[in-house]
Amino acid sequence: MVEPKYMNAMKWPYPVEYGKENEVSADVLILGGGIAGCHAAISAARRGAKVAVVEKGAVIRSGLGGAGVDHWHLACTNPCSEVTPEEMIEVVKGFGDYFFLEYGNGITCYITCKESYDALLDCEKMGVKVRDVDDEFVGAEFRDEKTKLMFAYDYKSRYCIRVNGGADIKVALFNELKRLGVKIYDRIMATSILTEDGKQGARVVGATGVNVRTGEFYIFKAKATILSTGAPAGLWTFSTELAGAPLFQEPNLTGEGTAMAWQAGAELTAMERSSSMLASGGFGYPMYGTGNAHNTWYPCTIVDANGKEIPWVDRDGNVLKTVSERNRPASGQKTFFYGRMAPSYDIWGPNLIPDLPDRIMRGEFVLPLYADLPGMPKHERRVIWGLMIPHEGKCRIIYDTYQRAGFDPEKDMLQVNVMPPDQYIFTAWWGSYGPRQWRTGGFCNGGGLVFDWDLRTSLEGLYVAGQSTYAGGDHSVAACSGRYAARKAAQYAKVAGEPVVERKQVDTEKARIYTLLKRKDGIGWKELRAGLCRIMQDYCGEYKSEETLKMGLRWLKSIRESEASTAYVRNPHELARTLECLTHITVGEIIMQASLARKASNSALEFNRLDYPKKDPPEWNKLVTIRLENGDIKIGELPLNYLLLPPNASTYEDNYRKHSSL
Amino acid sequence: MEEKALMVPNPMTPCQAILFDPELCTGCNICVDVCRSDVMVPNPEKGKPPIVLYPDECWFCGCCVSDCPVSGAIRVEYPLNQRVGWKRKETGEYFRIGMKNPPPPNTKPPVG
Repeated sequence: MVEPKYMNAMKWPYPVEYGKENEVSADVLILGGGIAGCHAAISAARRGAKVAVVEKGAVIRSGLGGAGVDHWHLACTNPCSEVTPEEMIEVVKGFGDYFFLEYGNGITCYITCKESYDALLDCEKMGVKVRDVDDEFVGAEFRDEKTKLMFAYDYKSRYCIRVNGGADIKVALFNELKRLGVKIYDRIMATSILTEDGKQGARVVGATGVNVRTGEFYIFKAKATILSTGAPAGLWTFSTELAGAPLFQEPNLTGEGTAMAWQAGAELTAMERSSSMLASGGFGYPMYGTGNAHNTWYPCTIVDANGKEIPWVDRDGNVLKTVSERNRPASGQKTFFYGRMAPSYDIWGPNLIPDLPDRIMRGEFVLPLYADLPGMPKHERRVIWGLMIPHEGKCRIIYDTYQRAGFDPEKDMLQVNVMPPDQYIFTAWWGSYGPRQWRTGGFCNGGGLVFDWDLRTSLEGLYVAGQSTYAGGDHSVAACSGRYAARKAAQYAKVAGEPVVERKQVDTEKARIYTLLKRKDGIGWKELRAGLCRIMQDYCGEYKSEETLKMGLRWLKSIRESEASTAYVRNPHELARTLECLTHITVGEIIMQASLARKASNSALEFNRLDYPKKDPPEWNKLVTIRLENGDIKIGELPLNYLLLPPNASTYEDNYRKHSSL
Repeated sequence: MEEKALMVPNPMTPCQAILFDPELCTGCNICVDVCRSDVMVPNPEKGKPPIVLYPDECWFCGCCVSDCPVSGAIRVEYPLNQRVGWKRKETGEYFRIGMKNPPPPNTKPPVG
């Protein structure tokens, strides 16, 4: 009798070589080959460094930005921009930080304001289309006739550029890596960061990894290491069915970077932050795949079932009469971000009427709603459906699928998914599903590593880029922080001593990994992960307290000793997924410990303590930090603007001039 | 009426995610190697379409389709509970992904 879990079993398609050792040496080691990692690799290689990139998937397409990008943010230095980096940083305080406001890091945002346009031009040199060279949009309001650049959202200040070759941007980066001789280690999941003498808090000298197809073991030795593995995304939600299409968060972003850095002794901050935004798990519709007016679809006209148009208003509630006005700042406003996502009036942009839910309840608008593409001006219709959709990540397949099924934007209005009226408040309608307990720390929503103006972490030899920083940002922030971190890492690698890996640290890590193969009973990784998500939902959800957090920590510890120590592993793929579950426990513990340490509710961090219900008491306007020292948890704090306080200069401009290595 | 009944496990996910046209697929495995999550593995039989081993892990990023050298050899199917519809503005006709007798495909290429 075959056990059900071995039914239909076939021979593993790849050679299995569990534990076989491979050693790699590099000047600059990059953990995570997404957008930040690729730009970092290119930047370091151009400075003459020997570079190795370690990637769990395949660099050619991996990462949150691997399937494309439709707009290039914060390109404040492009020739048409009417907003300077200094003005932008004043207005947004930190876009990367987006939802964080003053709790954001500011630096990666400022770096992006300074370098975003250069990074885009660099991509253009690699073969990425970024202009309307085919003159399809001549005369469009968003097009500059001289440069042929096309802008999104704010047509007046023109800081955000539409990328009409965005769908293949990752392929172009990959080709540039190969051209520069960067060594690419695909299908290798980094599992631990190695330190001098194996000591927590010491200089970083490399990392270990495991091949997710063959089970081989890797030892990477490096003078400098850049962490660009992204933010832990799926800690609260995991759907074992139908998970993929609506999921904004990349499913491979399971927090290895955070857990590795923590074990190595790096200081983390804002770990207590999480959000219910974009966390609908597998229960929404394909991302951007139903009618909506959000981001990529901005500013599409929305009508109700009877064809009645939903009004657009400016940030003050004044009704906007034309489509064109939806792309203009309000009177007296320097610039804006689309809609009201960011919690600051300063950067609120035009939006659908904010009381839409009430008006649906009152019967003023009848469901279902539709995205009225045929009613949009010609260029606006074409740029939404023909440019933004097919070039935004995960959306080319929407374009292909819907077009194949006969959808014609000149004739057809895409239906908006029907929901309870209150869920129409946030315009990303395809994903407006799910209990409030479903949260995420991914994409601009969570904490990460503390760093300085060199994007160096608290550990010597370890640099950070993209979403691995606390309060990370989007595609262009990833690109620019990657380039910057690599300049500093390459510089450090030139003067750093030879890295020496301690064998005992390697052996301990090998034992941790391969002991998982000895299990034949127990549960599988999917049940384990879903169970861990439930702990996060229940004990570290929208409302937390000392009791729930301590209970959550007790559950995590108990699961680590029990179900997680007996879960079965049948092949290298399951080995990697089960290791991710162990990471899940570690990151969950960090988040709960950080949550215990912040004894105050906080709006910017979307953090509610039932036992400390008073919101934003001034004495708690600070960052809480957390790290391991000799295995003990150390809680600390930093002023919100620590990067503008001594020993740093007091302005972004001065610090950037001093540190940027340009 | 003679119908065979087999004892097999349930489908692991109520969607197919990725489908191949065996007539067009050359078994080059480019899709296998661009997939971020190892959803597919090479077919043990050379030249045959890959095996969709982990459809439940598909993120629907579509890179396998974008990078396939043979148009139409591979396609991504949204699950039934995530298929959407649209209304033709002039006529009020209603269409949806997956309907019987669909309208002809819209062949207009994207910008870029």
